[in-house]
Amino acid sequence: MPGYLLIESRDPFESTGAARTCELAIQLRAAGHDVALFLVQNGVLAVRSGARRAELDKVIGTKIEVLADDFSLRERGIAPAGLIGGVRAAPIDSIVERMAAGWNTLWH
Amino acid sequence: MAKHTLTFVLMDAPFESARTTTAFRLLHAALERGYDVNVFAYEGAVALSFAKQAQHPNAVHGRDVTQEDHPLSKNWIAALIAHARTRGADLNWVNCGLCVDERGVGEAIEGVRRGSPADCWKMAQQSTATLVIPTK
Repeated sequence: MPGYLLIESRDPFESTGAARTCELAIQLRAAGHDVALFLVQNGVLAVRSGARRAELDKVIGTKIEVLADDFSLRERGIAPAGLIGGVRAAPIDSIVERMAAGWNTLWH
Repeated sequence: MAKHTLTFVLMDAPFESARTTTAFRLLHAALERGYDVNVFAYEGAVALSFAKQAQHPNAVHGRDVTQEDHPLSKNWIAALIAHARTRGADLNWVNCGLCVDERGVGEAIEGVRRGSPADCWKMAQQSTATLVIPTK
């Protein structure tokens, strides 16, 4: 069964929608689906160590794979060493790979 | 190994959003892997391929047109179409004709064709996966 790749592009401090994406990820995982969360553009602002991000912490706590676009991180001056635990920097190719593997891909 | 076809549906007008940049990065990544790529552009995205986009100088910074070398999305699309060929892939870019007419951007660059919402459905049906990048 193909998984779900949720792409979050919004700044979590600007939009409550980012929290809804996290909730969706957790619900899909609870329903037994493979789930990954890919943060891109201002969505990566949540992964700086020290940032408040209750919803993202819940996602990480459920062992959902959380990836952050390495290009977006560089644009925003967020070094790999500055990422919170449970988040991995990844290239945009990760989205293409999952699509080619038949994952359902949703952009917010 | 079967060749994948991925479809991307774009809405954002040129020069407006980082979503367009990310979309182009995804298209490039897919073509680099030799995947065939469909793009259905609708709403403001039909202007991404408008042939009459033109560069302009930057008087505030004292740069002429050549020095400013303002990026144009139509050139990015043309470059991706050419790049696809070098990777043995196909970039099939279709603009929604309804949206083209509304916006008066009927002149698209070579390699881009006019279509309809039915093309979006057909593309999705024939693809391994489809990603819609909605506007805000």
